[in-house]
Amino acid sequence: MLILTCPCCGVSAEETEFHCGGEAHLKRFGPDSSDSDFETYLFQRQNPRGVHFERWRHVNGCGKWFHAARCTQTLEIFGTYPAQTTEPPQALRDRIAEKRPGWTQESVS
Amino acid sequence: MSELLTPLLGKSYDGLVQVAELPRRGMITLRGDISTATMRNVTTGLTGTAMPGRGRVELAGDGMLAWMSPDELLLVLPADRVPRALERIAKDLASAHHLALDVSDARAMIRVSGADAAVRDTLAKLAPVDFSAKAFPAGSFRRSRLAQVPAAFWCAGAGDFGLICFRSVAEYAFSALSNAADPAGTVGHYA
Repeated sequence: MLILTCPCCGVSAEETEFHCGGEAHLKRFGPDSSDSDFETYLFQRQNPRGVHFERWRHVNGCGKWFHAARCTQTLEIFGTYPAQTTEPPQALRDRIAEKRPGWTQESVS
Repeated sequence: MSELLTPLLGKSYDGLVQVAELPRRGMITLRGDISTATMRNVTTGLTGTAMPGRGRVELAGDGMLAWMSPDELLLVLPADRVPRALERIAKDLASAHHLALDVSDARAMIRVSGADAAVRDTLAKLAPVDFSAKAFPAGSFRRSRLAQVPAAFWCAGAGDFGLICFRSVAEYAFSALSNAADPAGTVGHYA
């Protein structure tokens, strides 16, 4: 059972109040992009054993989207942060690096 | 004009606690930048309450003002005042991007009342929310789910809780609450 804290309304709740929206920080390739870029954007996803950045929606709450960093192996939530960003905040990355020595964001992307 | 009816026709159930539909009241959903003084003045003026903070509700007489999300408020006021309230919102917020909608008949309002601990037990059976007196004191407002359907809860005072859900699931919400309040189902968690 995951316990997430919504950064929009401040509520900490278990996962049935939320809905996962898949991998976060995807770069969109739309019209006029190459077929391979579009295919990568559409289908190719990380499937790491460890740190994963995801989009979540507080579906039975304030209804807002936000981001979460969690470990796919231990189900630990490292933190949540607002959706209005293109990359995880430095403080969160530092916290993850502290808990997972040797981890860098580049190592998974 | 047709007679407007509430979804549960005022049904109530007495068990460990009383589950009763509240009489029909006007509800307005208002979205926009809720941090502005104009927004505060128009909403508090219409409901006669103070401005609620994040995750809070303010109640005063017939009026209620609830914090639904960072950009949404719920105004509750007597049903006959809704048309004029909408006019006033449109006028006062004319220069601000906003959305105001009469949702009086889109929702059902149910009151759960009785002994404080029993009310908290009953609701906690159905929602993934910490209903302890410390975590959910009077004035708290929380959108979550009630068993399988979305609902919002608030605590008006000791042993006095309210909730809203969509009209289409009112019967389900009432049945689920009545079942949770069955006299044979004492839990005593918050006792």
